[in-house]
Amino acid sequence: MTIPIGTAARGRALRALDYIWGGWGAAASLLLLVALWEAGHAAYGTLVLPSPRDSFVALWTMSAAGRVLPAVLETSANALGGFAAAALIGGILGAMAGASDMMRRLLQPIATLMLGIPAIAWVVLSLLWFGGTGLAVSFTVLVTTAPIVFAGSAQGVRTLDGALRRMAQAFRIPRPALVWDVYLPHMLSYLFPALATALALSWKVTVMAELLSGAGGIGDGLATARVQVDTVKAMAWVVMVVTLLLALEYLLLEPIRRHLQIWRREMPGGPPSSSGGF
Amino acid sequence: MNALSSGLTVTGLRHAFGPHDVLADISFNLPRGRIGCLIGPSGCGKSTLLAMIGALAHPTHGHIHHDFRHPVFVFQDPCLLPWRNAADNIAFALKGSRIERRQHQQRACDLLRVVGLEPDDAGKFPHELSGGMRQRVALARALAVEPDLLLLDEPFSALDVGLRRQMQALVRRLISEHGLTALLVTHDLAEAVRMADRILVLTAKPARLAAGHDIARPFAQRDDGFVHAEVGRLLANPAIAAALAVEDMGHGEPT
Repeated sequence: MTIPIGTAARGRALRALDYIWGGWGAAASLLLLVALWEAGHAAYGTLVLPSPRDSFVALWTMSAAGRVLPAVLETSANALGGFAAAALIGGILGAMAGASDMMRRLLQPIATLMLGIPAIAWVVLSLLWFGGTGLAVSFTVLVTTAPIVFAGSAQGVRTLDGALRRMAQAFRIPRPALVWDVYLPHMLSYLFPALATALALSWKVTVMAELLSGAGGIGDGLATARVQVDTVKAMAWVVMVVTLLLALEYLLLEPIRRHLQIWRREMPGGPPSSSGGF
Repeated sequence: MNALSSGLTVTGLRHAFGPHDVLADISFNLPRGRIGCLIGPSGCGKSTLLAMIGALAHPTHGHIHHDFRHPVFVFQDPCLLPWRNAADNIAFALKGSRIERRQHQQRACDLLRVVGLEPDDAGKFPHELSGGMRQRVALARALAVEPDLLLLDEPFSALDVGLRRQMQALVRRLISEHGLTALLVTHDLAEAVRMADRILVLTAKPARLAAGHDIARPFAQRDDGFVHAEVGRLLANPAIAAALAVEDMGHGEPT
C-alpha cells in the first residue's frame, strides 16, 4: 500500500496553474489603475502627473543608460541586509519573550517603544551615527522592522498548544523532531505574516532613508528627480519601486504563503482552493 | 512490589497538587493481557492517575510497578498535528523509535488499514477528517510504536453514540489481536462493562478506590441485555452508587 503520490502531484500542478491563471484578475486591476492615472494626466497636465507612457519611456531610457539596475541592486542590498538582521534579532528575542514571562516583561516595552518611534526619526539618528552610507539605511530598516518580527515570534511561541506538547512528551519524541514537527510549523503561522510585512516595509523604509541620506539606490534617484523638478523621472522611479514590491509579493511571498497554508485550506464544505487567486 | 507478578501493580498511591489531595491511597493490580477500566466522577483524578502510570507525572507517595516496555497514550482529544497529513501524523510517533526512517511511511499506511481507514486517507490533513476518523488516526499512531500497554484517557467520549460503539469494538479487537494490556479511563459505566475485564471504581476527589469488580463473561457474549443488567447490578452496590452519584449533580469539572 503506498501513498497516492500521483494525486498529490496533480493537485500541486493544478494549484500552480490556478495561481497563474489568477494573474489575469490582478492584471485587469493594475490596468484599471493605469487608466485612472492616464485620466489624471489628461486633467492636470505633465508637471503634476506625467502620462504613464512618458513614465515608462523614461524608465526604459534610464535603464538603457545603465542607471536603474545598479540603483535597484543597491536598494535591495540595503533592504535585505536590514531585514535579515531584523529577522534574526527580532525572531530570537521574540522567541525568548514568548518562552519566558520575565523576558517578555523586560523586552515588550522596548519593542513597543521602538515601534512608536517614527521611521523618519530613525533615519535622522542613523545618519548622525553612521553618516550617509548604506549602513545607516540598513540600520534604519533593522530598528523599524525588528519589533514587528519580535511580536510575531513571541506570539508564536506563547500560543504553542500544551496538548500537542503533552502528546509529544507521551510518545518520547526527541527534541529535534519536537522543534521541527511541533514548534516550527506552529510558529511559522505567526512568524511568516510578520516576516512578510517586515520585508515589504523594509523596501519602503530603504527608499525613504536613501532619499534623505543620499546614500545611493532608488531613493537617491528620487531625490535627484525632485531637485530637477523632473516629475516624469520621479514617476519612473516610483514605477520601479512598485514593480519590485509587486514582484516580491506575488513571486515570492504569496507562493510561500500558499505552500505553508495547505493544511488550513480545503475545509470540508468550505470554498474550493480556486476561490483564492490574487 | 512482587517480582513474580506480571502486569501493572499500584500500591499506596497518593498525590497532592499543592495543599489539595487529588489521590488518596490507591492500590490495585492489572494482570498482563487484561483490560482494566478506571471509572469515577468527573475531576476525580482519573487522568492524573493514568498520567502517572504512563510516567508523564510522578506521585507524591506510593509505587507504580509494571514490566511493560512500551506504554502508550490515546487521549480524549486526538491531538493530531494539524500541519501533517494522516500518514505523517502516524509516522510522527516513530520519530522516537529506532525504526528506520524509510519504513515509517509504509508502516503508517499499513496501520491506516488496521484501524479501518482507506489508503486515500493517508494524504488528508486532520481538518479533512471527521471526528471518528481523527480518533482512528490517533489510535493508529499509538499502535505504531508497538505498545504492550495501552493507556486510554476517555478516547471515545467526544464521539456520538454510534461511532463510540464502533470504536469500542475496534479497540477491543485490536487489544486481543495484538495481545495488549489496556487501562481505560471513562465516566460511563456501560462502556466499562462493555470493555473491561476489571472495573475499578474511584470516589470523588480525593480519589480512593470505592470498589473493584471483575467481569468474566467473554466480550462476544456481552450483548445490550447483559450490559444493562450488569450496570444495574453494579449500581446496586452502595459503594459504587455513592462514588458515581456525584456525577448526577453535574459539576462539570474537567478530568
